[in-house]
Amino acid sequence: MIADWLFAPFVEFGFMRRALVGCLALSLGATPVGVFLILRRMSLAGDAIAHAILPGAAIGYLVAGLSLPAMTAGGMLVGLAVALIAGGIARVTLLREDASLATIYLISLASGVMIVSMRGSNVDLMHVLFGTVLALDDAALTLLAAIASITLVTVALVYRPLVMECCDPAFLKSVGRSSTPVHFMFLVLVVLNLVAGFHALGTLMAVGIMILPAAAARLWVRDVSRLILVAMLVAVLGSVIGLLMSFHASLPAGPAIVLTLGALYVVSLLVGTDGVLARRLGPQWHWSS
Amino acid sequence: MASRLLRFEDLTLGYDRHPVVHHLGGEVAAGSLLALVGPNGAGKSTLLKAIAGEIAPLGGRIERCGFSRHDVAYLPQHSTLDPTFPITVFDFVAMGLWRRIGPFRGLGKAGRTRVAAALAEVGLSGFEHRPIGSLSGGQLQRTRFARLLLQDAQLILLDEPYSAIDLKTVGELAALIERWHGEGRTVIAVLHDLEHVRGHYPEALLLAREPIARGPTAQVLTAENLFRARQQGEAFDENAPVCERKAAA
Repeated sequence: MIADWLFAPFVEFGFMRRALVGCLALSLGATPVGVFLILRRMSLAGDAIAHAILPGAAIGYLVAGLSLPAMTAGGMLVGLAVALIAGGIARVTLLREDASLATIYLISLASGVMIVSMRGSNVDLMHVLFGTVLALDDAALTLLAAIASITLVTVALVYRPLVMECCDPAFLKSVGRSSTPVHFMFLVLVVLNLVAGFHALGTLMAVGIMILPAAAARLWVRDVSRLILVAMLVAVLGSVIGLLMSFHASLPAGPAIVLTLGALYVVSLLVGTDGVLARRLGPQWHWSS
Repeated sequence: MASRLLRFEDLTLGYDRHPVVHHLGGEVAAGSLLALVGPNGAGKSTLLKAIAGEIAPLGGRIERCGFSRHDVAYLPQHSTLDPTFPITVFDFVAMGLWRRIGPFRGLGKAGRTRVAAALAEVGLSGFEHRPIGSLSGGQLQRTRFARLLLQDAQLILLDEPYSAIDLKTVGELAALIERWHGEGRTVIAVLHDLEHVRGHYPEALLLAREPIARGPTAQVLTAENLFRARQQGEAFDENAPVCERKAAA
């Protein structure tokens, strides 16, 4: 009975298997990026960049309809431009980065919705905003897998400077030239994974599979590499449970996945080794040397 | 005579085209132990940043003799270190070996031994596996010194290295700095405690947006010079043109 509940949807239905593969690719690619976003205190920047993908994808849609390459390219270009512009505005004006990101996020969302509405129907708009995780075709799955692979290889290559950049950016800057390229590479990874997430979960929730597992993992472990592994595990678990809930209870798949991840975060917040209860009820810290 | 390590040539430094240090000239010999002193806003930290290559001069130049900006070990006043970052003391200090190991090479046995030795040097043996977030301010400053040790740099720049730490730690870190000096390294430190400077630093540069005095500490930190520095700091015209002196010349 339980085995049926767990496995039948994936055994019997191709679209569920595709959704599962897509979510697994996202879980592997987006979570390391999410961990570093959280460690760099850039979670909201990730959210703003996710919204900034919308007008790019919308322009792609305007030009070529619901075309994967066009919407991907549009989302990538605009997302990257916005990530760089937001950082630039913070450097050359009095506005802090959070303020410039908030303004860009609002402008992006409004212009994206406007552009889609100019040509498409409400169905198209919902597709762009909330994704189509249950309708991922071969091309979309290939894209998601490719982005996950690129992300894992890149994170492995720049892992050490990335950790240093998060922990003490001025130090990395003072000892070598890798600070700026590493920061730029990281922004590219953020945008790439948000574009991947956008195809499955839409622009509004793409950041969910990036940030929620990372935030949950942060409440369990205190080591960056383990943080990444636990975040991946949480993302996989949330995706599988979310898809099953969506299938059995006829719920929209994207929100079901993000809500499941949210529930895992809340549980971690309460009972994680660094969660609320552990901090309130755990043993007092004793000095030892 | 000691060889020259740094040369300042009519150096003007500032931010957003707003000058902070004006017309600084002179040299720093290799192996110097130099204290940078002066009132708040005198441009001491700005000068260190420029030597470290973090800001470009508005005018004049800094000549680095035989080393690049990345050969400098620099401890800034305001650390960008995130104390909540999940990293152990050992891994944090091991960052000091970056120039040797880069992004891919492992620490190896020799590297681990060096990290352990650096931690022992600053009195933090046994703290290897502690997260940096669990350290006190003084302990954190010691870990930053341990990381500096591993950088093995010929030029060490310290910006207010003793701020917010207790007297015992100050004494231990001061001894470490004197040992660096004894090894022939050049140390330039921004300091406010004039008694400490008189006791530990043979040379001083008194700065108040312009150089007031430079030389042996006893001759620099005179009542007259300190009074001039204070006056210069307070009377400074924020809206004065950048190079009035040059225009007049």
